[in-house]
Amino acid sequence: MHPLLINYEETAAVILFCIGFSTMLLHKNLLKKIIGMDIMDAAIFLFLASQGYIEGRVAPIVVNGVQSVEKYINPVPAGLVLTGIVVSVSVTALMLALTVRLYYRYHTLNLDEMIALAGKEEV
Amino acid sequence: MEFVQNFPFFCILLTLITAVITSVIGRRKAIWVTTTLITVVTAMTVCVLVYVLRTGESYAYMMGHFPAPWGNEIRIGVMEALMMTVFCFVMLFSFVGGLLPSIREIESTKYNIYCILVDLLLLALQALVYTNDLFTAYVFIEINTLAAAGLAMMRQKGRNLVAGVRYMMMNLVGSSLFLFGIVILYSITGHLLMVNIRESVAALAQSGEYKIPLTIVVAMVTVGLALKSALYPFEKWLPGTYSNATPSVAAMLSSLVSKGYIFLLVKFYVRVIGFDVICSMGILDVLFILGMLGMIMGSVSAVRAKTTRLMIAYSSVAQIGYIFTAIGLRSEIGIICALWHCAAHAATKSMLFVSCAEMDDACGGTHLRKHLRGAFYHSPMLALAFSLGAINLVGVPLLSVFMTKVTLVQAAIDVGGRHMGLVLIAVAISTLLNAVYFLGTTVNLFTPTKEGDEVFKPTVRKNPFTTAGLIGLMALNIAMGLLSQPFLSALTEGLKNFA
Repeated sequence: MHPLLINYEETAAVILFCIGFSTMLLHKNLLKKIIGMDIMDAAIFLFLASQGYIEGRVAPIVVNGVQSVEKYINPVPAGLVLTGIVVSVSVTALMLALTVRLYYRYHTLNLDEMIALAGKEEV
Repeated sequence: MEFVQNFPFFCILLTLITAVITSVIGRRKAIWVTTTLITVVTAMTVCVLVYVLRTGESYAYMMGHFPAPWGNEIRIGVMEALMMTVFCFVMLFSFVGGLLPSIREIESTKYNIYCILVDLLLLALQALVYTNDLFTAYVFIEINTLAAAGLAMMRQKGRNLVAGVRYMMMNLVGSSLFLFGIVILYSITGHLLMVNIRESVAALAQSGEYKIPLTIVVAMVTVGLALKSALYPFEKWLPGTYSNATPSVAAMLSSLVSKGYIFLLVKFYVRVIGFDVICSMGILDVLFILGMLGMIMGSVSAVRAKTTRLMIAYSSVAQIGYIFTAIGLRSEIGIICALWHCAAHAATKSMLFVSCAEMDDACGGTHLRKHLRGAFYHSPMLALAFSLGAINLVGVPLLSVFMTKVTLVQAAIDVGGRHMGLVLIAVAISTLLNAVYFLGTTVNLFTPTKEGDEVFKPTVRKNPFTTAGLIGLMALNIAMGLLSQPFLSALTEGLKNFA
């Protein structure tokens, strides 16, 4: 089987990252940019989460006294994903709040139009 | 363990606690508490610098009860302590120097938020400089971005909000690329601690395995941090953000935020991947070309800028070009030159932004370069500080940026070949353009106004804080110029323990 299909989670993550990246850079609508940013972050978290999972093993919670590391998956990526989600949510919240503020001010979500309108304001 | 070794950890903890305290105390108290915090952190960092200079070695500090890689770790050597000391002094003088203009421009209800964001910026900067863990670096990159964006939008005007959004967008793309880069690196090596990654990467480089994924990782991290530090052609967000921000914020953004990312990039190259491996990848050639383009295109844009703040902002693009050109030279002396210029540019640019903002206000508030004519005669301190920064960036001998240019040319001559010719041409063109816009503006400050000149009646305000801040920044610039050799020797020593 092709390596890209064997590592399908990583392949999906890279495709999602490219979709998010292009959405963020090519769209002028602020909301779509934020959606693109979130897709990018989700792609990275998917990639990271897939690194921690090892088939046939269980979550690293000791039950029945089994302490062998061979029985459990790698918990570090899950911890990193959680930290990453916290950062991502904070950034998204700030960006959405800013978008609302700018929409009330300029009545548009188009970043180019906002730049043009702001350029006409006094320094 | 000696007590002074705890100071970097104390500084980080103290900054975190102060950020919380400033959110609940009165507005004026918040400003005083933040000033005191930066002063204390500066004093403690100086103690750490003296200690590491005395021992000549770097040390790892365990954060909490678990040793790395289970727990978190910071590492402090001459390089980290030296850069952090300069950053702390620049932050202190920028904050104090731009205090009254910032208070005038920010709504009084936002003073506490302003102080919290300054605290968080200091926190993120310390973490970026000291951290020995790549994921911690990512988290503090994001904190740095959020704090910097918040500060850029403090004036609450439309231009600031739009500039803040553009800043966030470009920086978030950079952060995502950095994160994806380190996640792929983690999947290859299984480590996040810099020292452990270095060992794995050295083994991989020797065996020739994972060559393409490693190149992709380095490319992603490089592009991510280059986006965030405004390397040409990723600088579109910079002019609007710097030129519309309050003086303190513009000084801190241009001097500290971008330099923190560059320091992290150097750390990634030298400590995480290994400079030999990086040199074999060809990424540095791209940085070299973009750096030189930045040196020239930034200066061209600065010449064309009508307002003084925009001119200084575009000049940052040119100066960041110098730093990346030096990194792209693939030599140890190039890295030292880059780090030296990070410090030299930080001290100079903050002085220019603080002095220029007050002069603009005194000269009618139009921000136009032509309206600064004769500013020396009503605002001598501001004009002198601006002139010192301007002639420094042009590259006048005995000042710090002159040493950058000498070291850069020396590094290029050592490398030889096409690099030498290209650097010589780029430095010559950039210096010429620097002289055109900076000396032109400086001469204008000292030219008395005549009848019929298009200038406004000066409105000079007494401002002891700006005077104190500018005296501090001028002293820092002169000291860096006069002590450039010991500083460069310390950087050379520091680089040996940095890897």
